[in-house]
Amino acid sequence: MTKLVSHVPEGPLEQKWTSHKNNIRIVSPANKRKLDIIVVGTGLGGASAAASLGELGYNVKVFCISDSPRRAHSIAAQGGINAAKNYRNDNDSVYRLFHDTIKSGDYRSREANVYRLAEVSNNIIDHCVAQGVPFGRDYSGLLDNRSFGGGQVSRTFYARGQTGQQLLLGAYASLNRQIFKGRVKSYPRHEMLDLVVIDGEAKGIITRNLVTGKIERFGAHAVVIATGGYGNCYFLSTYAMTCNGSAIWQCYKKGAFFANPCFTQIHPTCIPVEGDQQSKLTLMSESLRNDGRIWVPKKIEDAKKLQAGDIKGSQISEEDRDYYLERRYPAYGNLVPRDVASRAAKERCDAGFGVNNTGKAVFLDFSTAIERLGKEVIEARYGNLFQMYEKITDVNAYEEPMMIYPTIHYTMGGIWVDYNLQTTIPGLYAIGEANFSDHGGNRLGASALMQGLADGYFILPYTIGDYLAGKILDPKIDTNHPAFAEAEKAITERINKLFNVKGKRSVDSFHKELGHIMWEYVGMARNEEGLKKAISEIRKIRKEYWENVCVPGENNEFNMELEKALRVADFMEMGELMALDALNRRESCGGHFREEMQTEDGETKRDDENFMYVSAWEFKGEEQEPILHKESLKFEFVKVASRSYAKL
Amino acid sequence: MNFTLKIWRQKNAKSKGHFETYEVKNISPGTSFLEMLDILNEQLINEGIDPVAVNKGCKEKQVDPVAFDHDCREGICGICSLYINGRAHGPDDEITTCQLYMRKFKDGETITVEPWRTRGFPVVKDLVVDRGAFDKILQAGGFISVNAGNAPDANAILVQKDKANESMDAAACVGCGACVATCKNGSAMLFVAARVSSLALLPQGKIEGARRAKLMVAKMDELGFGSCTNTRACELECPKGISIAHIARLNREFLSAKLKD
Repeated sequence: MTKLVSHVPEGPLEQKWTSHKNNIRIVSPANKRKLDIIVVGTGLGGASAAASLGELGYNVKVFCISDSPRRAHSIAAQGGINAAKNYRNDNDSVYRLFHDTIKSGDYRSREANVYRLAEVSNNIIDHCVAQGVPFGRDYSGLLDNRSFGGGQVSRTFYARGQTGQQLLLGAYASLNRQIFKGRVKSYPRHEMLDLVVIDGEAKGIITRNLVTGKIERFGAHAVVIATGGYGNCYFLSTYAMTCNGSAIWQCYKKGAFFANPCFTQIHPTCIPVEGDQQSKLTLMSESLRNDGRIWVPKKIEDAKKLQAGDIKGSQISEEDRDYYLERRYPAYGNLVPRDVASRAAKERCDAGFGVNNTGKAVFLDFSTAIERLGKEVIEARYGNLFQMYEKITDVNAYEEPMMIYPTIHYTMGGIWVDYNLQTTIPGLYAIGEANFSDHGGNRLGASALMQGLADGYFILPYTIGDYLAGKILDPKIDTNHPAFAEAEKAITERINKLFNVKGKRSVDSFHKELGHIMWEYVGMARNEEGLKKAISEIRKIRKEYWENVCVPGENNEFNMELEKALRVADFMEMGELMALDALNRRESCGGHFREEMQTEDGETKRDDENFMYVSAWEFKGEEQEPILHKESLKFEFVKVASRSYAKL
Repeated sequence: MNFTLKIWRQKNAKSKGHFETYEVKNISPGTSFLEMLDILNEQLINEGIDPVAVNKGCKEKQVDPVAFDHDCREGICGICSLYINGRAHGPDDEITTCQLYMRKFKDGETITVEPWRTRGFPVVKDLVVDRGAFDKILQAGGFISVNAGNAPDANAILVQKDKANESMDAAACVGCGACVATCKNGSAMLFVAARVSSLALLPQGKIEGARRAKLMVAKMDELGFGSCTNTRACELECPKGISIAHIARLNREFLSAKLKD
């Protein structure tokens, strides 16, 4: 039962990472040349890891499903990246960033990992500046900062509203440099379809060439998974269309434990759903909450008129507006963490105060800020976001308040990893959003970029050496090994099986139906009855999927329907695990809100006595109940408190 | 809204392509162009399904949805392309195709959809092209040579605010290739210039500036992109509004490299 060893080093919190680095093994330059590493995914985690491992002298192969590593969805992160630089002199520190992260995660993450994340945050900013990332600056030439939800300091570094893009282009540039030097070989438009495990250790992957359909084998001494989150299970989300959970799902099926699958983040500021032809939702950066004020009408009559389209938001007078975040959470106001802001929006809309035709939207209003600072300042800060908003909605947000509603945005859960970022399969590592380790029940804004880069630039390149030091005498992995042949055969069979269903429904129609179940029952508010219903409904459509899906075309060609069909087949299984985990966690914490467990004023109610653990699920076979393992969380350095943003 | 679509179909890089005509109906004005293509594909798949068949309904071999590149659908990943009614990224300014909405078209309009047509980007299938050449150009020198762990404190490198802003203007390039596709010479100068200029404007990027320009231009030439004749079409169609002033800076860096030689 106790397969879960976190390998967190002993000693005081602030010494752990340093002493760990001193104690782990390293590989000499001459031996690094002999070792092969596969990195799957080229977002901030994968690109930075592949680049850094190449710089160290390993032979790296990097895979992505897009036409170029630069397209990974890290690119869409807008607002910024946190670091504990304390450049504002506002009493920020590594400890404070650590504490904010732990608290925001509702005490469901590992202390030592989170502290290390805060510790290396400063190195990230240094490195990115050196790479030429054009961060926002003051007239003095020094770096500028902004604030994000869940913090009371200004510690977020930004490059306009395109911080993710600029950081990714930085990592991609470093990766390109290694590709040019021949240390890294890049395989774009290649999708990992299985993990190969030999004698209990990760030794390679099976991929499909998305242009030719060719199934290929790649061997390596270690495999790094950096394929991001699985939020597209919900169909409508802020994820890119091709984001998927298939790589981590294959790892899970090969023995890697899946941790906290039910922890999903719902972002409060997305452009609301419009009609039924929509394919994805667009995020409006959290940074807008620095100056935007969120409200709905106080009077239900006004809400009704807004829903009917009889009046506009700007026509409602100041005293008739309910700035509900400022009212409920005076200490943090509009900058409460994402889960809190999302639930508060849902609460108002469920009570009938929604402001658009579907009744599922609230206002994000800049009129006060424009009055205070002038239109030019707002334009300089958020110009591109206002432009984006207008392109999508045809509304000028300088004149009318924006409309927003919460949407699936990130998954805190992921593959279980120890302090070394190694999964339960030796030689298999998971970094960035693909792992579970740092954000607990809810992630702080501007921390996803921080974690991806921390893992890739400064953590994995150290910890992977400890494992590889034991492999220096191992020859190149032979891809003729039966394990490769078996994995390849299984994949080919799965693909043929999909083609042979020859059913009557498109892949998308199934994906939409699954997404609807997930959002309805495993979304912002969950309860026992709903979760049980979700599980039985998911099983039903999964069964139908394999009897009635229509996948046109052939394998040996560029076939986007087949790509989707394979991914949706995995989502059909993943959704059930998410619901199962949510059902098991009979407490509310962070983004996981169980309706049975709430305080009188509707806030989350944790159950530390029974649930202060990481749930880690072990796969036991198709259509079989997985086994739950628990890694209990100990808080030695912070005082576990109830999470209040009303006063402090 | 209803539309007639004339779409370029091409099985693979080797085969010959042709236009096919399709009808789509009941599209709402708030639907994006790519969502409209999703609807077309859903329609094509459903047309291939025999509703009366008792068991197997999908005649999968005849059905061939239109292949097009798309991913983030919020104008930042740069993967979407498409020549729509003769314009890169369609009839709106400073957007990528995924940010184009059907309200920009007239009800009943015939819309022509083609892939990027340029020597540098061979067609993969239908509307999908291979932009691997862009990766190769950037691999030749589009970076600052710094290893992780080497950097001084971030505020030790001061950057003038206006220079940082200008660098950011150029760094906004999403690598979509509209500049090349729209250029009558098939030149990649704006793409190369954006990267060279963005880095050359920063003190930390200035050091390798001339060398970078030389290497990237050499790679661009080697890959068969045309030369720049200042028609400014690239600037006009760039979804991020990147100015050709950056081409001037590239030329300056390039010249200084050549003079040093």
